[in-house]
Amino acid sequence: MATSSSAGHDVHGSGQATRRDFLYVATMGLGAVAAGAVVWPLIDQMNPAADVLALSSIEVDLSKIAEGASLTVKWRGKPVFIRHRTAKEIKEAEEVNLAELRDPESDDQRVKPDHKQWLVMIGVCTHLGCIPLGQQGDYDGWFCPCHGSHYDSSGRIRKGPAPANLAIPDYQFLSDTKVKIG
Amino acid sequence: MSSSTPFQTNSKIVKWIEARLPIISTLDGALVSYPAPRNLNYWWNFGSLAGFMLVAQLVTGIVLVMHYTPHVTLAFASVEHIMRDVNYGWLLRYAHANGASMFFVVVYIHILRGLYYGSYKAPRELLWWLGIVIFLLMMATAFMGYVLPWGQMSFWGATVITNLFSAIPGVGTSIVTWLWGGFSVDNATLNRFFSLHYLLPFVICAVVFLHLWALHTTKSSNPLGIEIKGEQDTVPFHPYYTAKDMFGLSVFLLFFAYWVFFDPNYLGHPDNYTEANPLVTPAHIVPEWYFLPFYAILRAVPDKLGGVIAMGGAIVILFFMPYLDFSKVRSAKFRPIYKQAFWLLVIDGLILGYVGSQPAEGIWILVGRIASLYYFAHFLVIVPLISWFEKPLPVPESIAKAVLGDKAHG
Repeated sequence: MATSSSAGHDVHGSGQATRRDFLYVATMGLGAVAAGAVVWPLIDQMNPAADVLALSSIEVDLSKIAEGASLTVKWRGKPVFIRHRTAKEIKEAEEVNLAELRDPESDDQRVKPDHKQWLVMIGVCTHLGCIPLGQQGDYDGWFCPCHGSHYDSSGRIRKGPAPANLAIPDYQFLSDTKVKIG
Repeated sequence: MSSSTPFQTNSKIVKWIEARLPIISTLDGALVSYPAPRNLNYWWNFGSLAGFMLVAQLVTGIVLVMHYTPHVTLAFASVEHIMRDVNYGWLLRYAHANGASMFFVVVYIHILRGLYYGSYKAPRELLWWLGIVIFLLMMATAFMGYVLPWGQMSFWGATVITNLFSAIPGVGTSIVTWLWGGFSVDNATLNRFFSLHYLLPFVICAVVFLHLWALHTTKSSNPLGIEIKGEQDTVPFHPYYTAKDMFGLSVFLLFFAYWVFFDPNYLGHPDNYTEANPLVTPAHIVPEWYFLPFYAILRAVPDKLGGVIAMGGAIVILFFMPYLDFSKVRSAKFRPIYKQAFWLLVIDGLILGYVGSQPAEGIWILVGRIASLYYFAHFLVIVPLISWFEKPLPVPESIAKAVLGDKAHG
């Protein structure tokens, strides 16, 4: 440790750290931590609040949705499409060559085993968040009117500006006619 | 016709204040004795018009907040309450909503005037950059203001624009959730937009102050694009330009009043008189007219991230104008080729605006792509090439000589 008799400055340029250098670094370091601790609550207050997070799961009765019909339910402020697919739609979705897809996923990856007729997905276009219209577009699936994205009967992006398939939420079948989303 | 004289006073009170806070001489220097080039034309009115619109938006906005409720269940109804029940509420809201459009009309002309007369060139780069910062702040403010009535266009406009951030690789989705304060545009989003819509105009005021400070340091440019060489080139701001600005303001107010009183909804969208519904997207989402050229550029790129980058780049590129254009001559008056390129850019902007208002299908996709490419080519290729090859016309010796001929001395 330097024993400078002045104010503790490393006046001789010996390259040795002085007590004052330590105090500078410690003060700046503590100041940076304090600034971060002050700024973080100001930033994090904008993240979803506890009541928004609490609305995380819903249960839906499927018994009233006939084959070829769809139901839209609201989950976390967004629409969830529940589609009772026809045999033709399932066949079309399974026959697609995965190499042709922008976001390759097989139909099996997008539905639950033994419940292939049920397609459950978040009805929000992966482009800029509009709600696609059902049973429209070139692929027997969904069409987004905002910027022209086409999704197929498995909700996979086929044409247009959207980068990804319609998202699949976490869900499970509680029984053959009841599903829990979230 | 002597030009600006320094501030003088015999008043004891004014002297007392001046010794403690030289605010009166500062205001005098900015608005009375400020030496302005004697040849400013009417395109130079649009700066003060923009200042007028900022004040008009602040005043109408502050009184609208006395009646508006920023909550998803009440916002739409409170706007209708303003329209039907509040005394002169219809006038205040129509003046504020159309005022945003008027503000953009004025600012677009102000920016184009700068591009035509080379106002961005040294030593006015900082002045130009501060202006672009004001423009960006205006866009953010206008966008958030449009969300507040909580109509269908408010909701879906907010959804589409905030989703632009989801294009950022990796953290995009987290940023969007953070912006929303939830998993979709909802009450938390409306509240924060209201807070920021109230805040940002005051930030604009602060940047306008810096813009004027820079202006009064470098002094106004002028249609000849040559610097002030002495007193014979200037006239005091008051009464010459105060009078000219007041006349321009009167004409402009006729234009503004036409929209407010005779066609108040023309510039809006009927879908915004339907309350926001998170489960139904309107068939055709369009932003307000002043965003249409940028919206067309966004849609011209068939890739999500690419589109967002192109749209941002369309504005960011303006920052580089002082360097992309390295011609020694400022004013397009003496630049025969640049002048034509300028008007082609204006036409290109109008085409982009029209394309932005049309559905993204058929011929409009192609037209939008060509017009977007041309927009960037103008700044990145055409302007630098012209600065390189163009032979400018001879530039007059001084402002006074050009205006007064041989009567000018000095």
